[in-house]
Amino acid sequence: MSLDALYQEIILDHYRRPHHAGLREPYDAETRHVNPTCGDEITLRVHLSGTTAGDTVADVSYDAEGCSISQASVSVMSDLVIGKPVADAMTLHDEFLTLMQGRGAVEPDEDTLEDAVAFAGVAKFPARIKCALLGWMAWKDAVAQATRAPMSKEETA
Amino acid sequence: MTTGMIAATVGYDVERVRADFPILARRLADDRPLVYLDSANTSQKPEQVLRALDEHYRWRNSNVGRAVHQLGDAATADYEAARATVATFVGATDPAEVVFTKNASESLNLVAGVLAWADGARRVGPGDEVVITEMEHHSNIVPWQLLCERTGATLRWFGLTDEGRLDLSGVDALITERTKVVSVAWVSNMLGTVNPVADIARRAHEVGALVVVDGSQAVPQLPVDVAGTGADFVAFTGHKMVGPTGIGVLWGRRELLEELPPFLGGGSMIETVRMEGSTWAPPPAKYEAGTPPIAEAIGLGAAADYLSGLGMAAVAAHEHAITAYTLEGLRSISGVSVLGPTEAVDRGGAVSFVVDGVHPHDVSQVLDSYGVAVRAGHHCAKPAHRRFGVQSSTRASAYLYTTKTEIDTLVDGIHRVRKYFKVA
Ligand SMILES: Cc1ncc(COP(=O)(O)O)c(C=O)c1O
Repeated sequence: MSLDALYQEIILDHYRRPHHAGLREPYDAETRHVNPTCGDEITLRVHLSGTTAGDTVADVSYDAEGCSISQASVSVMSDLVIGKPVADAMTLHDEFLTLMQGRGAVEPDEDTLEDAVAFAGVAKFPARIKCALLGWMAWKDAVAQATRAPMSKEETA
Repeated sequence: MTTGMIAATVGYDVERVRADFPILARRLADDRPLVYLDSANTSQKPEQVLRALDEHYRWRNSNVGRAVHQLGDAATADYEAARATVATFVGATDPAEVVFTKNASESLNLVAGVLAWADGARRVGPGDEVVITEMEHHSNIVPWQLLCERTGATLRWFGLTDEGRLDLSGVDALITERTKVVSVAWVSNMLGTVNPVADIARRAHEVGALVVVDGSQAVPQLPVDVAGTGADFVAFTGHKMVGPTGIGVLWGRRELLEELPPFLGGGSMIETVRMEGSTWAPPPAKYEAGTPPIAEAIGLGAAADYLSGLGMAAVAAHEHAITAYTLEGLRSISGVSVLGPTEAVDRGGAVSFVVDGVHPHDVSQVLDSYGVAVRAGHHCAKPAHRRFGVQSSTRASAYLYTTKTEIDTLVDGIHRVRKYFKVA
């Protein structure tokens, strides 16, 4: 089994130098997700430039402890979704999820997924899929919270 | 190593042992041999156990204890013979003290459950305390948390020293007149520590508390005499001692099994049932509601026979030698630190470690590409990881079939991990 198919250079680069890391203000929702098998955790904040689903992902910031796959995945995800309309970002989420659940049979679209295509190999390592999805799940949850009931920072803190 | 241990390793032929385990001959991806270092998670199974399962289903399958026909007699005799074998294996004089469950988790839940329902002095209630330790497997934490939440009792625990031993300095403040139960792992599945269960049991009995020992990692590795531990209950699990999954054991002192109420209700655990109420069969049947895991129990009997054939002193000596070798190997790699005792003294075969700068998932992924199977994560011991300031670790756990060459492959693999992630 080729390790390099899993650990693409892009993944290792993001792992060593994660983008958008650290928790920032302002934000509309904050979530905390745990991978129960290994205990890895992520706290993620989403700031939307409005509060309805038609609006844009203004910022994603996070504090995460985890393996190379989970760390790189949240870094790549932040690059992808920041600045995108929420609906488009959600489509990317769905596309990434399909890729992860595709057992390696799904051909990723580089035009939309960009650096996230590097995770295509993860789909062949069932134990690692949860790692790649941790950040995305936390993000989706945060967006749902932010669009459902806009919260003040005090409530979410 | 004591002279007894040296004597016991002489004549222990690990290659002959390995020949009994078909899976050890299989090849993994890229035609790599399997280096199985995840035995604290579950052990591999020898031919003798596989054959017992197969023969039961092929020739003797029937339900037990309720059929008046030849197959029923055969299956019942085999099931009860397995109970007697397991009893002897752990030094229990009375097979009725061996209750078959589905695993150690169920055994521990059984004890915690019935203590909430007990009549009289054994009942755990408000104001009572349950004492555990910070190195427990979640299976010996959560049932007690549930018991305390449901009854208003208070959970307390022994902390750990930096070396990964129980901090017994506050024992007199911890085990008091209020203590109703003390439940402790004999051998830690994460730190490897062997705990002084007999000393703790003595102290607990002075205050009238019940003593539960989680023997899940001890029974596979050490010669065990349940009564000698001073415990009232000892829980263990078949799949870690070369037996099948789906079978566990709760050994309990007979008078307690008689006194305490049932856990699950159903067929086979009753004396008589009327619509107005029921009475219970004597133990162990009282705690074995429904059709039990028959084949699995018979498989566990075969596993106990297999271990007895090797001799548990020899198994323990082999484990000790391999653990010392593993610790030595890990010590030789810079940037690797072992969690738990770093010398093979009062120490079982599970060795958890951290590789600086590389997450355990990534460590085990790279090791797996060389055929080395280890565990990565919290090993169901989150509080113990937290105690040592880490979220997770990598664990190598050897067993009676592990060779020094395999440990060399592990050590070599960790060097490759460090190179791959550029931390070397
Ligand atoms: C110390 C200890 N206790 C309890 C258990 C639980 O065993 P089981 O999962 O078979 O119930 C394990 C194994 O996972 C263990 O290592």
